Amino acid sequence: MASTTYQRFNTRAGRAFDVVNVLLLVAVGLLAVVPFVYVLAGSLATEYEITTRPFFLWPHEITTDSYASILSSDIFLRAFVTTVVVTFVGTLVQLGLTALMAYPLSKVDLPGRRTIMMLVVFAMVFSAGMIPMFLVVKQLGLLDTYWALFLPMAINPFSLIIIKNFFQQLPIELQESATIDGANELQVLRHVVLPLSKPVLATFALFYAVGIWNDYMSPLLYLSDTSKWTLQMILRQVTASAQMSAEDINADVPPPAQGIKFAVVIVATIPVLLAYPFLQKHFAKGMLIGSVKG
Amino acid sequence: MSTVADVRAAPAAPSPPPAPPRRQRTLGRRMARYKWLFLMMLPGVVYFLLFQYWPMYGAQIAFKDYVPFLGIQGSEWVGLKHFTDFFSNPDFPRLLTNTLILAALGLLVAFPLTIVLALLLNELRLTILKRTVQTLVYIPHFLSWTVVVSLTGLLFAVGTGPLWTALNGIFGTSTDFLTDPDWFRPLILLQTIWKSTGWGTIIFLAALASVDQEQYEAAIIDGAGRWQRTWHITLPAIRPTIVVMLILQTGEILNTGFEQIYLMSNALNRSVADVFDTYVYFTGIEQGAYSYSTAVGLSKAIVGVILIFGTNWLAKRFNQQGIF
Repeated sequence: MASTTYQRFNTRAGRAFDVVNVLLLVAVGLLAVVPFVYVLAGSLATEYEITTRPFFLWPHEITTDSYASILSSDIFLRAFVTTVVVTFVGTLVQLGLTALMAYPLSKVDLPGRRTIMMLVVFAMVFSAGMIPMFLVVKQLGLLDTYWALFLPMAINPFSLIIIKNFFQQLPIELQESATIDGANELQVLRHVVLPLSKPVLATFALFYAVGIWNDYMSPLLYLSDTSKWTLQMILRQVTASAQMSAEDINADVPPPAQGIKFAVVIVATIPVLLAYPFLQKHFAKGMLIGSVKG
Repeated sequence: MSTVADVRAAPAAPSPPPAPPRRQRTLGRRMARYKWLFLMMLPGVVYFLLFQYWPMYGAQIAFKDYVPFLGIQGSEWVGLKHFTDFFSNPDFPRLLTNTLILAALGLLVAFPLTIVLALLLNELRLTILKRTVQTLVYIPHFLSWTVVVSLTGLLFAVGTGPLWTALNGIFGTSTDFLTDPDWFRPLILLQTIWKSTGWGTIIFLAALASVDQEQYEAAIIDGAGRWQRTWHITLPAIRPTIVVMLILQTGEILNTGFEQIYLMSNALNRSVADVFDTYVYFTGIEQGAYSYSTAVGLSKAIVGVILIFGTNWLAKRFNQQGIF
């Protein structure tokens, strides 16, 4: 079989295709990251270099002026801390609620299971839209609170169903033996099911965390108090304006007009990129578990 | 403990759900057995009621003249007034056109590109290279729209942006791509392709990995070339996946992605940038026309559901597996 597989590519046209394909895909791979590398280089370049050199991936002269300005800004630091804390707490709440609901739903003999699954699926297909959701958040008194940044989308129906399906295909014997030893369902979940589900939970923790970190719509809709703004709001504010003065961002170090835009983009992205390699190996697998109908 | 016997009695295989074991038990005792499970599910159910179903209940204000002071219940019914207002509004044809053009670009350009990229990746024999390219093309998916739009802004910045310099150099112009209405749609499409094509390949690559390899061997013996193998074996094998993804995409036609459009629109390109999603925001949140904007959002959601079921029905008529 190996020899025929090899033959299949070993024609001249086949080899030519392989070469072109490799070159093409390498180019595609680079295109995916080059814009980001340019911005990274720009964030470390002088104002003069940004405005005079059209394109570069490595600055002639490295300077950390842009970062110094950002780090001396109260507004920016507060937004950074806010975003980190909201993302951390929000991910815990969202993943906790999802896992806690997925586990009972993975028990096929649970009374009322079908009804609740139908509620979940219907919510997935049909959504009332922006304004009714806004009014609910308003009525619950969550406007201008950090709760509004993660509670309204606490359980993603897709994630819930995928995690449920994963729990469902775990061997039942371990859970049974824990029950014989006198464990209640909560203990079974904590000590048997969750440890077996680490890759899946890691995947969805990443999705939830990235969702909160990257969210622009929720703070736009629900936060009018600018002191509560998240990093994405500040990023928008900085990059959309022609020029920032030191007072605008309450910084000790006057911001470089262009350099600060590059630096803010980097700071808003780096945490996501740092988490990516650790979880990357899990998510393709985690994504596909749910495609098994349950 | 008796619970063990019950769990065993329930077969691990799913549908149809087994008849509840030991019918002689009272409802109360059965509930006691599931007490923990119900308790664990409670917060989730409360979430769905509060943040998914309460908004659906509140959506009735589309048929009322909602006054916050009177509340949802107290506000007066006005029937389809807001809907007819919307459909007869001079903005409506423009919103519809803009939304449909952006959706069509996504469906006709970005979607096929995803399949092509997956097919090309599948032809890569060098595993390390394949993994590396996959890792790289997934990255943009994890960047926020704010970051993508900011990147676009820096790349196309008038006077300094590399792409502004390059494109204007080639065409001999001095266009400001970010405000020129003619460039709004190409930029949106470019961003969508950059951000989502790589991630979109995951599901197709999984489908491709499960294609029966022996069919290829047989085809090679019969003298089939690479292109023929792709056309006659690979594509038919992943057709169910393509159909399912197409159905899901179609349901999303009117959802243009609020954040991307909102962040890319400005005073100069509003004529092409306004879509239903941003219109709901402007009329609802900024102008406070809650009932009217809810009616707009509701029309959109209903069309989305019809489209999803419609495509699903069509797919089944043509002997494809649907999603329902």
